Amino acid sequence: MFARKMKKMKMKAMSPERRKRFSTVSDEEVAALYTPADLEGHDFLKEVGFPGVYPYTRGIHPSMYRSRLWTMRQFSGFGSAENTNARYHYLLSQGQTGLSVAFHFPTLMGYDSDNPRARGEVGMCGVAVDSLRDMEILFQGIPLDSITTSMTINAPSAILLAMYIAVAEQQGVSSRKIGGTIQNDILKEYIAQHSWIFPPEPSMRIITDILAYCSDKVPKWNTISISGYHIREAGSTAVQELAFTIADGIAYVRAGIEAGIPVDKFAPRLSFFFNAHMDFFEEIAKYRAARRMWAKIMRERFQAKDENSWKLRFHTQTAGVTLTAQQPINNVARVALQGLMAVLGGTQSLHTNSMDESLALPTEHAVTIALRTQQVLAEESGVANSVDPLGGSFLIEKMTNEMETKAMRYIRKIDELGGMVEAIKRGYPQREIIDASYHYQRLLEKGEKKIVGVNCHPSDEEIPIPILTIDKEVEQTQIARTREVRRKRNARRVASRIDALKDASLSRVNLMPVILDAVREYVTLGEICDAFRETMGTYTDPAMY
Amino acid sequence: MASATATKRSGRGKAKGGRKVRVMVGKPGLDGHDRGAKIIARALRDAGVEVIYTGLHQTPEMIVNAAVQEDVDAIGLSILSGAHNYLFPKVVELLKKKKMGRIVVFGGGIIPDGDIPGLRKKGVDRIFTPGTPLAEIVEYVHRRVRPRA
Repeated sequence: MFARKMKKMKMKAMSPERRKRFSTVSDEEVAALYTPADLEGHDFLKEVGFPGVYPYTRGIHPSMYRSRLWTMRQFSGFGSAENTNARYHYLLSQGQTGLSVAFHFPTLMGYDSDNPRARGEVGMCGVAVDSLRDMEILFQGIPLDSITTSMTINAPSAILLAMYIAVAEQQGVSSRKIGGTIQNDILKEYIAQHSWIFPPEPSMRIITDILAYCSDKVPKWNTISISGYHIREAGSTAVQELAFTIADGIAYVRAGIEAGIPVDKFAPRLSFFFNAHMDFFEEIAKYRAARRMWAKIMRERFQAKDENSWKLRFHTQTAGVTLTAQQPINNVARVALQGLMAVLGGTQSLHTNSMDESLALPTEHAVTIALRTQQVLAEESGVANSVDPLGGSFLIEKMTNEMETKAMRYIRKIDELGGMVEAIKRGYPQREIIDASYHYQRLLEKGEKKIVGVNCHPSDEEIPIPILTIDKEVEQTQIARTREVRRKRNARRVASRIDALKDASLSRVNLMPVILDAVREYVTLGEICDAFRETMGTYTDPAMY
Repeated sequence: MASATATKRSGRGKAKGGRKVRVMVGKPGLDGHDRGAKIIARALRDAGVEVIYTGLHQTPEMIVNAAVQEDVDAIGLSILSGAHNYLFPKVVELLKKKKMGRIVVFGGGIIPDGDIPGLRKKGVDRIFTPGTPLAEIVEYVHRRVRPRA
């Protein structure tokens, strides 16, 4: 009946449209109007239902932000541990509610600052952490029993977690009490972010060791932050981001179960991390679809019984890739919109990018505006007053359904390839992303997609903004500190700890206690990684394009 | 799909009897941001340039050795980690040491405007900042880079 009426409506001459085809930033076609006809056969109660109730399409908590706002967690790290510690104290004083550590590239790649491969990179893109000494300084004056910390660390995640536990011990805080997250998502490193060290199999073993260890000893820790963020930044579509992230999650759950850990013992501590890109409704649909898909997969495919295993909790970061170097102040508007998408999508925590991140790491001024943007959303806009306020919109429900259908198609394909580890070895997700990224770039060059200040509305007069520069002395100071740490420690005990690391990595014992013993003796990150490189081998870029 | 050692060849754009322009797209340093490098590799390939992509996490030495071995005419470097002030000039310096100063070095990434004059002074021919149209980079390569006779 409605459909018939619709047809009639369409017959009526509409005004000529600006374009032949309207599509999302992922180039999915969008209709002029969504109506009940788009949701025919859709079981609202079963597929959408209520927040806090399976399949959690509307959110994982019944009252969402009415009970507790999202955690405002700005990803931050630069220069030395002292520099970053000062930034953390500043952010906490400005009302931030959690910490998020950005490590510099040598740490991400398992090199100490004095390694020749670290030249020019020390403290540039994050904070330099080589040994427990640096972590002690990084968290000086920050009570680890009340502040939660997220650490963006993957290949060497076990080492940084061990250092964090060791710092907490020094503060008299037991590992049972600390809360936080390690990203620890190596699969998306092979797919998109590319901070890897070891080949996939030993990397997955490190991860299952962490799952087993934390479920016993660090019960409040989020063991993996299964990340679509970097997949999207590498140029994927929204559907690919969703599909590959969920497929990574499936691979981790499979690995945990195969390692003999009962699913409900580790699944509740898995969390997710998504991008907030530029297409408003597509992004909100993505978050809603993600929750529904994960709930179904955990309950039906993996037979999880604990409701907490079904709930997809996620962090969101606004899309760095959408920030423009041209007219950078415009980025404040982009970030505000993206933050709004994350909140309307029911995120548990949020990082809003700073306007200057297309130019350099953010200044204190820029990061404050970014944090204030979240505070405006939370305190002024009213969007946190109702749960899933867009739920029931014909457009949002239709897009959520389509997002799920298309992502499930990818997941079936990856299952056919033997799961994500196999798919990665064949370069499948990598190739899909390169194709999508090139497709978008071509649309942009043809002017079919627009970016203000880049291919439309340029400005002759650029307003310069101040940018953060990293003190050149950081490299030398950091190298000196690490060398001093090496001089002062007990050489005999260090050597025996390194031997123990190699032995453990060749056997089947859990690596976490052995790593913890090593970091307590100030064995450095680079030394631990070198030991594992020897026994586990390394991974190199297949360099496809 | 191409590997680090394989070169993508397309039949277009080749001068009669002459060889095509060969460009190495390189990712020096430890950062894993390769979206831009890969897009540029494809765009140059589609414009008839022979492209060799190094893959990630290359040292300046690795890049220069590969460039000499592959007998390239230019190297396009991409860095988004902030290490450009060390890594770009290092590549130029190593090329000069090998008497391969004829190889044009250009680059791009998150490079603050203030760093560009210093990099140019150290022999980096051109820096492209975010938002540069692909056509501009392709045009630059066609104009600036000549295949060795």
